[in-house]
Order: sequence, then structure tokens, then C-alpha cells
Amino acid sequence: MTELDAPAGATTRRGTARRARRGVGAGLRDFPTFRAVSYLVFAFLYLPLVFVVAYSFNSNRVVSVWRGFTFSWYAEVLGNDDIQRALINSLRIAFIATIVSVILATGLAIGLLTMARAGRTFAWTLIGAPLIIPEIVFAIGTLALFVQSRVPLGVNAITLAHIAFCIPFALLPIRARLRGVDPAVYEAAADLGANEWTIFRRITMPLLAPGIVAGALLAFIISLDDFIVSYFLAGPGGTTLPVYIFGMIRNAITPGVNALSTLMLVASILIVSLSYLLTRKRR
Amino acid sequence: MDASAPALSVRDVTKTFQTPEGGQVHALDSVSLDIADGSFMVLLGPSGCGKTTLLRCIAGLEAPDSGQIDLRGQRIDDMPVWRRRVNTVFQSYALFPHMTVAQNIAFGLQMDKVPSAAIKRKVEASLEMVHLSGLGSRKPSQLSGGQQQRVALARALAKEPEVLLLDEPLSALDLKLRRGMQSELKRLQRETSITFVLVTHDQDEAMAMGDQVAVFNAGRIVQVGEPREVYLRPNSRFVADFIGEANVLTGRLDTYGLVIESLGLVPRDRLLDGTLLPAGPVHVAVRPENVTLDRDPVGTAKVTDVSYVGGDIRVEVQTASLTIVSRVPSQRVAPPSIGDRVSVSFAVESLCVVAD
Repeated sequence: MTELDAPAGATTRRGTARRARRGVGAGLRDFPTFRAVSYLVFAFLYLPLVFVVAYSFNSNRVVSVWRGFTFSWYAEVLGNDDIQRALINSLRIAFIATIVSVILATGLAIGLLTMARAGRTFAWTLIGAPLIIPEIVFAIGTLALFVQSRVPLGVNAITLAHIAFCIPFALLPIRARLRGVDPAVYEAAADLGANEWTIFRRITMPLLAPGIVAGALLAFIISLDDFIVSYFLAGPGGTTLPVYIFGMIRNAITPGVNALSTLMLVASILIVSLSYLLTRKRR
Repeated sequence: MDASAPALSVRDVTKTFQTPEGGQVHALDSVSLDIADGSFMVLLGPSGCGKTTLLRCIAGLEAPDSGQIDLRGQRIDDMPVWRRRVNTVFQSYALFPHMTVAQNIAFGLQMDKVPSAAIKRKVEASLEMVHLSGLGSRKPSQLSGGQQQRVALARALAKEPEVLLLDEPLSALDLKLRRGMQSELKRLQRETSITFVLVTHDQDEAMAMGDQVAVFNAGRIVQVGEPREVYLRPNSRFVADFIGEANVLTGRLDTYGLVIESLGLVPRDRLLDGTLLPAGPVHVAVRPENVTLDRDPVGTAKVTDVSYVGGDIRVEVQTASLTIVSRVPSQRVAPPSIGDRVSVSFAVESLCVVAD
């Protein structure tokens, strides 16, 4: 899709460049190499996705040879009991991890408001760190901890771990939202006669709501897409959808994998777009 | 202050803040103040002088370390914010962004459990009072700064507080709008006869609005009085400097009178309170409009600057050791030019001996 759009975009941009040259004189935008680089980057980013989506409709059992158009892989994937079980596992984990991590993240964000400045900065850094810690390290650590403390591996263990690593993600939009609120607003509410509970219910929560919804969608998608942590903690009966897909490709890359991946891609795009729209609308 | 009981009485209120470096700042250092019922009190001072802290202590947003605050004879300093019959107009307006203008105004009334029909009437009346009828369904973000300011006022006034506190409410408005809001606030105060306490660092604003002005410096109230009194009879060098422009000269008071360096002697009996003041080095404040300059080829002062300020001419002259500023209405005299020699004289009644 991106490939098809590019030439059309290129002609219009070339038009503006020509106009700019007449006006202000030659600038960086007329330098031809960078435009090529940006097309290359887009191709680099999106070619694999294009491949997955296109070949999910390939009627040939051999993945890399195109024969004709079919929906049959989608029917096969959706009718597979193992896949359904894995999907239910994934959804259950994502659902619980989302709710719990969002509640904790909201409480944390509001709680940190009352901390002294120095402590708060340190706390924010500490909470943000899991975003850049290698996931494999977190996965190994969690596995070691669970084995050590005899937490049985499986769906519940994965849920616990997902709650933990979803918190920093859920926190991102909530915190952004909280930062945009003038602290005098809470004082004004108290001044007008509201006690702490009323302020929380009628001021804090409604103001944070878009951030909380966005945080929830983000947490949901992060949990749903997670592979490494889930793979380490899966145990018997704890197979999630990404873990199942990994199992599928160990045998052979069938068009079924492509169909399943495409479905996950579409779900992710839908959720991310929804989250984006929700945070934008109430600005 | 008259004999009637004050609406608000502040007694020996002290508030200390910790600085991040571990030091202590006396935001309020044993401050006492009586505010008459139905009056317009302005707390004036440079930033960091404690005026806003006092306002927040009255509102309940800050707890004093010691001292007492009474509202109509009832102690309020140990009451939570939401129980006090005072309301605040915040510097940032602090409107609730997720509520409409009408919901913003209704919020405080809902907290008082006013029946909804009465709330509706009151919201309408409040909007009308601040000339915003018909904008009730807008969100705050759809209003101009001046309009938001009016909503904040309407929201606080709708609760009919015993005292309305205003924290630098006009500082975010441009000059012209600010002038308009000044008279608007005066009008609202007269019409509602609610006691207003306004904090500002702008001395013109304080002079224009206050029935009484309390001048703050470094956590203390230096002088309280009517604007005219504070202007004409500053009781300290700080007040003389801070309010309006003043020439502060150093002098010595001895048994016979006041000696001002290089300018002459004023007998004690011609000074206000002259017979009461102890001898010693003093400061003397003279307002620029009380300084007369006369062209004099052998005068001791030389003109160094001439400028127009409003309808006045402001002239700066330099004597052997001092810079003195004079101000006269521009139509009264032909202005001197830079370099002219002049002689300087003061109206003796206007001299004001001030403490350091």
C-alpha cells in the first residue's frame, strides 16, 4: 500500500520544491538523496508486513510461491481448537493484566503527586526503567523468582508477570494527562467546598479518564503481543497466541501462520488507533 | 479601622517554609491584620514577601505554624478548606476544564446541597453579574482570558462567601483589559458588599482598588492604611520606595531641626511630628511632584534627563552627591533641557522622615 502511494506523494512534493526554489532559492529539500532514503526506510519497515498480509491469501501450501487468492487459511485458523484455546488464554491474560495494571498505575500516578519533588523524580525514573530493560532479562528474572518461590508456571504466572510489565506502559498516557492538569484545580475544588473523596470523583477521575482509557488500550496490546515473557512462563496449558505461532513456524511456515499474524496485526492496529483517537479528542 | 467588629482578623500568624537547601524562610513573620467588614483590602508587596502565603492561610490551602485567624469572631485556622466561608479566585483561574461554564459555577453550590432549581437560577444570576449571559454552555477553553477570569469570579461569588480572596487575579491580562477589570471588581465589591482581599505586586493596582492597603516586606506587614495615607505618609524607606517614586535623602536630626546634606536645614517645628522624633541619622522621603526646580545659572544641580511620563514631565537632576527626580504637569512649565543649571527646593510640609 505504501509502495503504491509513494509515487503520487513524490510528484506533489516535487511540485512544492519547484515553487520553493523559485521563491527562496535552493534549500535542503531539493537535495535528491534524502527523499530516496525516506522511501527506503518505509519499504524497510513495511515490506515484511506487506508480505505477511499478501501471502495470507495465497492458495498455495508452499508459502513463497503465489498461486491464487483464497480465504481458506483464515477459515482453517479460526476453526483450529488449539488456536482458539491459545487465543482465549491470551485474551484472558491481557484482560486481567490490563485492568489490574491500570488500577495500580492510576493509584501510583496520583500517589506520586503528594511526594516531595526529589523523591518523585527518582520514583518516575525507577518506574520508567522497565521500558528500556531488555525483556529477556525481565523474563529470566521472573522465571527464576517464580521457580524459587514455587509459583506454578502457566496462565496465572504469565498474568502476574504481564501485570508487572504493563504498569509502566499504562502509566505513560496517565502521567502525560496528569501533567497537563493545573494543580490549582484541585485547590479550587476544595475551596468551593469539596472534600477529598468528592475531588477524586468529580475532578481527578474525569480529568484522567482519557489517559486511563489510552493506558488501558496500550497495556492490552502490549500484553496481547508479548512473546518472550509468556514463552518462559507458559508451562503446561499456558500457551498464548504468540507462543502458539512460534510453535507453528518451528515445524514449517504455512500460510496459516500468515493468516493468524494478519489477524493479530489488524487487532493491534485497531486498538492503537482507538487509543490515539481517545487521547487526541479531549485535548 | 472603625469600631465595628472586623470581618477577618489575623493574629500573630507565622509560617516557615523549608528551602530545598535545608534552610528556613519566614514567609510570614508574626503577621497581624484586621480587615473591616465590607471593605476592599489590598495586600501589596514584591514577590516572595508573604502576601500570597497569608491569602492561602486564610483560604486554608496552607496551615500557619502558629497564630490565629478569625472569621466574624469564629476561629477558622484549624478548619479544613471546604468548611470555610471564604472563596478564592486563583491566579491561573483554575477552572475545571472538563465542565462547562455553568457546571463550573454550579459546582460550589452543589457542594452546599443547594436544590437544583435554585442552582440554575443562581448560575444565571452569576453569569449576568459578570456579563457572560448566554455563555453557560461553553467550555472554559472556548473563552478568552478575560472571560475565563469572569467565570472564576462568578464561580467564587455564587457561593456568597463572607470574604472573597483574589490572588493576583489580573496579572495574566493585558493592560487595557486589566484597567477594565479593576473598575469591574470595584463595582462587584460595592454591589455585593462582600469583603474583598486582593493580593498584588502592582502598586498602581493597589492604589486604584484598595479601601485599605497593607504593604508587605519580607514576611511582615510594614504599613497599613488608606492608599492616600500610605502614599503621602510612608512610614519606612521601603514603603516610600515601593509605592510610587520617591527621592530618599539621608539627613541628620538634631535639636534644632533636620539637616539634609548639601540642601539645607528645616526647623523641627515645621516637620510633621517634628518635636517627637529622636535625634540621629534619618532618611527623608520626598515625592517627585513636591520637588521644584528653578532655572538658576549658579544653581547647585544640573539636569541629566528629561522625559514625558503620561501628562507629566519627569526631570532628573544631579547635585554634588545626589540624584533627584522632579515631576511637574507638562502644560505648566516649559521643560528644562539637559545640561541646564537649576536650583532645587522642596515643599517643607511634604517632607517625610522615615525609618530605615
